[in-house]
Amino acid sequence: MTHKEYKKMTDDRAKRSPTLLNCIKAFVTGGLICVLGQALTVLYQELGASVELSKTLSTISLVVLAGLLTGIGVFDVIAKQAGAGTLVPITGFSNAVTAPAIENKTEGFINGVGAKMFVIAGPVIVYGTFASAVYGVMYYFLLRGGLAG
Amino acid sequence: MEFLDWVKVFAVGGAFCVIAQILIDKTKLTGAKILVSYVILGVILTAVGLYQPIVDFAMAGATVPLTGFGYLLATGVEEAVVERGLIGAITGGLEATAAGITAAVCFGFIWALLFKSKIK
Repeated sequence: MTHKEYKKMTDDRAKRSPTLLNCIKAFVTGGLICVLGQALTVLYQELGASVELSKTLSTISLVVLAGLLTGIGVFDVIAKQAGAGTLVPITGFSNAVTAPAIENKTEGFINGVGAKMFVIAGPVIVYGTFASAVYGVMYYFLLRGGLAG
Repeated sequence: MEFLDWVKVFAVGGAFCVIAQILIDKTKLTGAKILVSYVILGVILTAVGLYQPIVDFAMAGATVPLTGFGYLLATGVEEAVVERGLIGAITGGLEATAAGITAAVCFGFIWALLFKSKIK
């Protein structure tokens, strides 16, 4: 098979992927994960935590839960159906940290677990932090110029 | 919280995922690129004042998707700059997101200790 034929074949396959169904699945799972996040926030507030603390605890809970489900192999099963529905919420970030850490355990704790943990999370943190620092500097000068705040 | 509030959380959170799903299906963008784009988009939308209204409207529907991570980075840096000046540009972002990152890293490590790969 030539490269062209192969490309045509993969393109045909890609076209046939049922985008509408994928979108519905992503919408429902993504929406439900956010509802779970909100429910946990409300629960922690009922238990007496402040609004800010409740939000933080809710985030931590979703991260821990997604990591555990990754460890026992359930996250992959859900993610295969949900697509972006599990990727985009903070659960996707947690999975992106945990999955490569577990998969590369055989390479050892430094080059495997420690390094591979950041294969996807690394870029997210790099560009997120950089964007926030750039914005911070801009915000500082906007404040001093009386244009923000 | 009234029923309609839960619908807002569900619909807005779901919508963020649908946009990403369309990008994945139509543009072959990888998951990693989607995550990075969402975080940067969250920072930018917050900076121009468009994300706070979405958070006010949909709560966790806006804070749980990765754009919410960008929102946290941006609002953290704003607060830190107001309190401490220019040094806040360096400290604010990661300070605000420390809980999420530390939980992911520490528990990621614990799960890696406890579980073996299912592949192979």
